[in-house]
Amino acid sequence: MTVKELVDLFNLEIVAGPNLEKEIDGVYIGDLLSNVMARAEKDNLWLTVQGHQNVVAVALLVELSAVILVEDFEYEENSVQRACQKGVNLLKTKKKSYDLACKFCESEI
Amino acid sequence: MRKQQILNKEIESFDFQSGGEASSNLKNILRKLGVSAQIVRKTAIVTYELEMNVVIHSLGGEITALISEDELEIRVDDDGPGIADLDKAFTAGYSTASDEIREMGFGAGMGLVNVKRYADQIDVKSSLGEGTHVKVIIKLSS
Repeated sequence: MTVKELVDLFNLEIVAGPNLEKEIDGVYIGDLLSNVMARAEKDNLWLTVQGHQNVVAVALLVELSAVILVEDFEYEENSVQRACQKGVNLLKTKKKSYDLACKFCESEI
Repeated sequence: MRKQQILNKEIESFDFQSGGEASSNLKNILRKLGVSAQIVRKTAIVTYELEMNVVIHSLGGEITALISEDELEIRVDDDGPGIADLDKAFTAGYSTASDEIREMGFGAGMGLVNVKRYADQIDVKSSLGEGTHVKVIIKLSS
């Protein structure tokens, strides 16, 4: 599944979408950046409450397919600019991580 | 064995905007050199942690990477204030980061622990009032 297909299927909001044709492979949930660096895998979706600009650096380094900011948290403005420059997809939702993850599970993501 | 410098970048204190760029640059360089995905990933984790340590905890510093046929050497040198207790700094969960930094998802006390886990060798020299000097070796053949 691509990020674009995911957005349509789960009604996610695109905050920065420079690379929406990227394929998704798996999900990682976490808010501690050291854990995300060490545990998340290439092409994972990352569900988090962190919206600051270093999130983009982590997503880029791990080569994540997209960041999904949950519970209606907001990205910092410079996160969005940096994501567009670096080709990192930033999505958001009002849902909680667990509820969204359950829905992903039902769709075998 | 003779090593060739492939990266040298200054890191500024509290520059979260550029934080991670040195790691990202090094990752791209290694990939172009044909280094395996697994080694590139290890290197990215190690350099990101060390780079963010300089951003969060130091007065600024620099990161240098050198490569030879069989290993990668990463040096991270900062201008202080230094680490009071190195043993504690390598203890999982120990951190001196402020609440503000912790709210950003840093300061979980996993930085140097991660570096040690993914590096093949690590040497840290530091004392209060002086800079911290980290040298990490990552073997290119797994």
